[in-house]
Amino acid sequence: MAVQVLIPTPLQKFTNDEAMVSLEAGSVDELLQAMEARFPGILARLCDDGGKLRRFLNVYVNSEDIRFLNHQATSLADGDEVSIVPAVAGG
Amino acid sequence: MTATLSRSTFIGLRCKECGHPYEAGARHVCEDVCFGPLEVVYDYDAIRSRVSRATIEAGPTSIWRYREFLPIEGEPIDVGTGFTPLLRANRLARRLGLKELYIKNDGVNMPTLSFKDRVVSVALTRARELGFTTVSCASTGNLANSTAAIAAHAGMECCVFIPSDLELGKVLGTLVYNPTLMAVKGNYDQVNRLCSEVANTYGWGFVNINLRPYYSEGSKTLGYEVIEQLGWRLPDHIVAPLASGSLFTKIRKGFDEFIKVGLVEEKAVRFSGAQAEGCSPIAQAFAEGRDFITPVKPHTIAKSIAIGNPADGPYAIDIANRTGGSIAAVSDAEIIEGIKLLAETEGVFTETAGGTTIAVLKKLVEQGKIDRSETTVAYITGNGLKTTEAIASSIGEPFVIEAQLDSFNSAWDRAQSLHRATWETVG
Repeated sequence: MAVQVLIPTPLQKFTNDEAMVSLEAGSVDELLQAMEARFPGILARLCDDGGKLRRFLNVYVNSEDIRFLNHQATSLADGDEVSIVPAVAGG
Repeated sequence: MTATLSRSTFIGLRCKECGHPYEAGARHVCEDVCFGPLEVVYDYDAIRSRVSRATIEAGPTSIWRYREFLPIEGEPIDVGTGFTPLLRANRLARRLGLKELYIKNDGVNMPTLSFKDRVVSVALTRARELGFTTVSCASTGNLANSTAAIAAHAGMECCVFIPSDLELGKVLGTLVYNPTLMAVKGNYDQVNRLCSEVANTYGWGFVNINLRPYYSEGSKTLGYEVIEQLGWRLPDHIVAPLASGSLFTKIRKGFDEFIKVGLVEEKAVRFSGAQAEGCSPIAQAFAEGRDFITPVKPHTIAKSIAIGNPADGPYAIDIANRTGGSIAAVSDAEIIEGIKLLAETEGVFTETAGGTTIAVLKKLVEQGKIDRSETTVAYITGNGLKTTEAIASSIGEPFVIEAQLDSFNSAWDRAQSLHRATWETVG
């Protein structure tokens, strides 16, 4: 169940400057844990103390915002692409 | 460089959420702690010592008369942006039953007829200072126009991204400056996500992404100008459109800064925001008493404010709540009526975002949420000539006549009876 994860620039210091990483996970929550296992320290940036994704971070699965899906319980399938994007101003 | 640096009144960046400090580079999120948005920090003592009403009044008739309040170090890119008319709107006020109403008309801003010229003038000045040679943005149209135009003036490379379903005027009004224009098959939020990914790998200055802390400061000038144009006083109530919510928060910041440095006497100002029903995540959260935003998928003619996932939404709700204002949404039909009402009463042709603002202004007065005695300012942020499609089927048509007096006479008679019919309907 490998998924591709797009890492935003500010987090690439955790991923040895890799903008795209491949990880095994069956859901967004599992992916967050898998990221922490591979890149220790990254979880504290992504989530608050309660394990909830920080409100200024948007997470997309195959271009769909997970808030339109099943939030952090959104399931992931082999080949899915997950994008982590900090919120940006309007236009 | 020392001479110009010493003129600068801004110190660096700081996270709006947790306060963590950062150097004044091209970054927009609190990457070391919480991913909150970064804001510019100023030395207000330095500003206070240098600025007075007289020094501002002696400055250029552009946003750069307020340069001490803006995050640049050297010479600005001045294309005459800002200092747009503040129109006393007596006929519209009478129609709505308000005593004192003003229209801040950024539909005639320079060079591209929207408030975005303010933010882009600041962003591209800072982009140049930070060494960028290519600038970019994700846009619902107006920002693309402005970025392309001011980049052309400054001689910078430009690549901008828009949703592919934008109004023709906004597409042509970008292409004419000869940038690279990417029309993305998707809505604004999808364009924005793509741009964040592009910003990851291309070393460009994205005005609303990695330059966002500087860019958004440009909107403060809409606060400063209203104070100055009202004769150095604050209004009682303002109504502004809400897309990402950034403009709304920066008007507030502009008012607060002028109070802080002693340029205007403090008083309470109520802040009310306007959204289109087809994209109203902030109005929905406000109505339900939430302080978080649930994103929506936009479906409205008000494309310039159709942001389903507004980054500054929580701050906009906070300001409306703290100041005793409201956030309301109106239908597409009401938006068109708002455009027509402003045009017919004040001679100002605004785009759909402005129609939204006027329709919400009307609604809030009718609901008693704007007091009839309050000095009220409505912010009109864009020009109607860019979105003619939105009203084409709602504004009547010309009488086509022969170049003969007879033909005119009979058409004039028909026009008079049509006018009478309209008046009878109105009552």
